[in-house]
Amino acid sequence: MKATNRAATQPLPKVATGIPGFDELSHGGLPRNRATLLEGGPGSGKTVFALQSLVNAARRRQEPGIFVAFEESSGQITANAASFDWGLPTLGRNKLFFLDAHLSPDVVHSGEFDLTGMLAMLKAKKEEIGAKWIVFDGIDVLLTLLQNPIAEMREIYRIRDWLADNEVNAAIITAKIDGDSSEIVNYGFLQFMADCVIRFERRLEHGVALHRLQITKYRGSDFVAGEFPVSFGPSGMEVDAPEPAEIQQVASSERVSSGIERLDTMLGGGLFRGSSTLITGVPGTSKTTLAGKFVEAACRRGERTLFVSFDEGAGRIARNLTSVGIHLKAHVGSGLLRMYSGRTETIGAEDQLVKLKALIREQRPRCMVIDPISAIAKSGGIAAARAVANRFIYLAKDEKITVMVTAINEGDQPETEATDLQISSIADTWIHLSYLIRSGERNRALTIIKSRGTWHSNQVRELVLSNAGPVLADVYTAGGEVLMGTLRWEKEGEEKAKTIQRRADFEHKRAELQVAEAETRARIRALEQDLNRQRAELAVYSSENEARIVSSSDREIELRRIRSADPSGRAATGIAPSRAKRRASVGSGNSGRKNKKEAHDAP
Amino acid sequence: MRRKKAKQRASGPAVTTVVVMRLYIANNAPNSRRAVANLEAICKEHLEDNFKLEIIDVLETPLRALADGILVTPSLTKVSPAPAARIVGNLSDKSSVLHALGIEESAE
Repeated sequence: MKATNRAATQPLPKVATGIPGFDELSHGGLPRNRATLLEGGPGSGKTVFALQSLVNAARRRQEPGIFVAFEESSGQITANAASFDWGLPTLGRNKLFFLDAHLSPDVVHSGEFDLTGMLAMLKAKKEEIGAKWIVFDGIDVLLTLLQNPIAEMREIYRIRDWLADNEVNAAIITAKIDGDSSEIVNYGFLQFMADCVIRFERRLEHGVALHRLQITKYRGSDFVAGEFPVSFGPSGMEVDAPEPAEIQQVASSERVSSGIERLDTMLGGGLFRGSSTLITGVPGTSKTTLAGKFVEAACRRGERTLFVSFDEGAGRIARNLTSVGIHLKAHVGSGLLRMYSGRTETIGAEDQLVKLKALIREQRPRCMVIDPISAIAKSGGIAAARAVANRFIYLAKDEKITVMVTAINEGDQPETEATDLQISSIADTWIHLSYLIRSGERNRALTIIKSRGTWHSNQVRELVLSNAGPVLADVYTAGGEVLMGTLRWEKEGEEKAKTIQRRADFEHKRAELQVAEAETRARIRALEQDLNRQRAELAVYSSENEARIVSSSDREIELRRIRSADPSGRAATGIAPSRAKRRASVGSGNSGRKNKKEAHDAP
Repeated sequence: MRRKKAKQRASGPAVTTVVVMRLYIANNAPNSRRAVANLEAICKEHLEDNFKLEIIDVLETPLRALADGILVTPSLTKVSPAPAARIVGNLSDKSSVLHALGIEESAE
């Protein structure tokens, strides 16, 4: 009761292997003073894991180890490990002792044998050098030699008892097991005996080897479950442990230019520092040109930059970009820019990630381009490539690198990208380039599909390449169709002509109106003159007439005076007929006749 | 024909040649005890007194056994005459032991 309680409350003591990623995955390493079983098919990395743990312990913690090699000779193992920078030959035999337990084929078998002697020897050696670690590599080879299930079981027990009696920091036992089948009859028992079981797997996907590691059992400890990719770099094995579930990246509000002014405007001021941009498009839509422009702009700001391209030489890319006004050579020369060109034919996606990590460590870039990231899916499985692409983007985010990746999508629908690497969902900005074929022309169209956390234009722009660099041009829509290239040029011309025409029309009309106004004014002036003249005439006429009236009455008075006529009687008869005559001449016919009648009646 | 003759000649002096052997055992572990008994029987039957056997207890001198290249117990090595040979196991398979030691079975 007491013991179990203590076990439950106290964390299991562990020893770190020093293998990057594994200690995180296992929450500390291997169980102390317990047996750990590494199982997996040939070439799955069991021996490397075991040996690397031993080397790390010997080098970093001065803990000597014993490596018992049942399958390969120590010479072979040392030769195999020479590709890693462990410096195995420089480790003294008192730090790392190899026991060649490889039974020569010349050895004759006659009846049963056991490991009593060997374990006695190992005990002696352990005490001699003070070994803290022990590895039994390829125990399956030994156990199958026993040719007897009961003997197998017995020897497994013997090893367990030995480990219990001889305290070591960690005991690693490796066994060749393919899938669930094993030549060892008591394989299940071997698993039971070990407190920690790690399964290694090496599988071929599309001709490329993928390595995986999985902790299948860890007695008394929690661990991160699941399969994790294993990659082999110059320092040995590396397990790609998952990043912490919680994303703890600081979001920057600093903007970085994409290299194209108009694109920055479309993105509401540029890309965010530390963001990731995905450029998709079919081959030839100038993805590389956009990436190149971004790189050039970064170098001009004096930022360290990394340009990773696949399946195309760096020199060739630099030359091609020169033709569109992007000059990178000077920046390569100054060390500001590192161009790396990788092959994808035979290298798995995980190895590419290891390489990328190494490049990032070397160059320490602030901006980075991978062109195209879809190339990593070319060799090996798509699932692995997807995971790698995702991990790469997260890695870049953690390192606060502003990254631009391109991806080729077959077909012209951006949605097809989803079937490829599926990075569009984790990229912050997604720019899609496409072709529009109309009127015998192929023109490039740029659309921003998404851009997180920022306003962005929803307009389609035409990407025009010239030797001065790529520029974005407005596109016209006419009758519901987008016009580009020559059609756009024509439309632009048309618009320009129309403007000119409108201006000319306006000028013409204005002139016309001005003339009309002037005419009217002139007419007004002429009429005024007429008016004045007429007024003057009228005045003259009136005064003349007055004068005449005055003179005629004067004359009458004078005449009467001269004739000395009776002013009253004569005047009455004398004036009356003259009045009647005048009335008749001006009046109507009727009145005339009436007057005549009157005149008749009068006498 | 000549080979057969030579063989017949060789079997004659083989009895006089001393076979030097070392048997590595793990104290009184069952297989080790059995190996000792089996080897003694074989020697008595086929080698009479023309053999020299050294029995080494690995539990007592483990580092020596390690230096001798011993892996499992019981192990028998023929030191001389050449060629050297190594046999692992409790030596229960008599014919394979005789063959490894270069002794013709008398029944033939």
